Amino acid sequence: MWSFSNIANSIHEWLSNNFNPTWTIIIEMVIAGVAVISLFAILGLVLVIMERKVSAWMQIRLGPNRVGPKGMLQSFADTLKLLVKEGLTPGGADKFLFNLAPFIAMIVAMLLMAPIAFAKDFQLWDLNIGVLFVSAVSSIMVISILMAGWASNNKYSLMGAMRSGAQIVSYELSAGLSILAVVVMTGSLQVSEIIESQRNGWWIFKGHLPMLIAFVTFIIAVTAETNRAPFDLAEAESELTAGFHTEYSGMKFALFFLAEYVNVFIVCAIGATLFLGGWMPFHIGNWEGFNHVMDYIPSSIWFFGKTFFLIFLIMWFRWTFPRLRIDQLLNLEWKYLLPISMINLLVVTAMAILGWHF
Amino acid sequence: MFIKKYIQEIWGAVKSLLKGMRRTGYYFTHHKEIITQQYPDNRETLNLPERFKGEVVMPHDENNEHRCTGCQACELACPNGTIKVIFKNELNAEGKKKKAIDKLVYHLELCTMCNLCIEACPSDAIKMAQTFEHSVFDRNELTKILNKPDSKIMDGVE
Repeated sequence: MWSFSNIANSIHEWLSNNFNPTWTIIIEMVIAGVAVISLFAILGLVLVIMERKVSAWMQIRLGPNRVGPKGMLQSFADTLKLLVKEGLTPGGADKFLFNLAPFIAMIVAMLLMAPIAFAKDFQLWDLNIGVLFVSAVSSIMVISILMAGWASNNKYSLMGAMRSGAQIVSYELSAGLSILAVVVMTGSLQVSEIIESQRNGWWIFKGHLPMLIAFVTFIIAVTAETNRAPFDLAEAESELTAGFHTEYSGMKFALFFLAEYVNVFIVCAIGATLFLGGWMPFHIGNWEGFNHVMDYIPSSIWFFGKTFFLIFLIMWFRWTFPRLRIDQLLNLEWKYLLPISMINLLVVTAMAILGWHF
Repeated sequence: MFIKKYIQEIWGAVKSLLKGMRRTGYYFTHHKEIITQQYPDNRETLNLPERFKGEVVMPHDENNEHRCTGCQACELACPNGTIKVIFKNELNAEGKKKKAIDKLVYHLELCTMCNLCIEACPSDAIKMAQTFEHSVFDRNELTKILNKPDSKIMDGVE
């Protein structure tokens, strides 16, 4: 049957038959790099048009409808525009840091792609601390934002960057604690093992109410971590023009924009992996016939379906809720999310020890 | 109690957020609610709201008669001097001199579509039309004379 892992295996076999092991590894790395970059490009194009259409329909508008059928090629036109625009560096800016920041944002997003299982047996790097790697690397993102804000030599940029710093530092906590809930249940940090543990049911169903609370906390925290509305204080168009990327233009701006969307994809992929079973098909207990039908749907479609469902959920938040003030934002984290997720983690630990789950 | 208030707050927040999401979700799935119109494409089938105000016009009937008595209420009501009433004296049936309008000058370029003149008019002589494509190449074309040439006041309107 056609699958991503078969393609990867046949490429590996062909390379090992024709080259020595060193060259095989090098060529495979190049192929993986190209694949990740093209995935980035496709994600950028798809998510931008998706966001614009979703926002339009939620605000009772039509959205882009001129370029291509039903406006579906709008993001190609936008990309072309951004490619030909001048990437301006302001005179008073710290030129090195200013030009470095977008690339750091991209590199972080690329690093986060490594431990994600896109389909059955199809993963770039199944390291044994996958989840820890993700939560550690994703906090480097704030450095690129702070760097961009500081180097721009602009008060709006700096304020946006500082807000983003405060926000990411606080929301890392509850995101980490809700990830820990799954780790406690599974007993492993490895992404493939976490998925394997959900063979007989996704954690959001198996873990009863505490897992649902962990899921909701996770979604709120990652929405804040990716700087999206209602937590988009770092950009806050109405207050800070564009926040940390006020001074960026052309392709450097596009890299920040792309990094934001790729980060949304990644956190949703992580959420799908941890709570919704990654590429695992949806199974109901003993319904053999139903389970066999579900198994026929390719694992990659399961993974991308769940991920895009979560992305849609986050877009839904963005176009429904008003932006929080900075004190409300920090209140929400320190007074509500953190205590709730700490108590929740205790309950989950008790459940895991006593075996109160399916 | 503190804990009770805390939980009530969370419950209230979740409830109101879900309410908002239900509304946007409804709009997302019901595309017939979309209110934007593809303007230059649908010139023929344009669906303007009832209260849309485009410009002031003076309706005339088939005998080229209007209802304006020249009372100047609209001129006084206008906040920025958009309407000017110019009089002439004409003889009525009994040979008496009577005041009537010669021209009702309307400066579209000054008008803010505030509707005050229409509300001030005692005889419903002027109303708001729904036309809105007002762009012209010469500014003088925006100064309009609302009453048609040789028009008369309708009988019975005082």
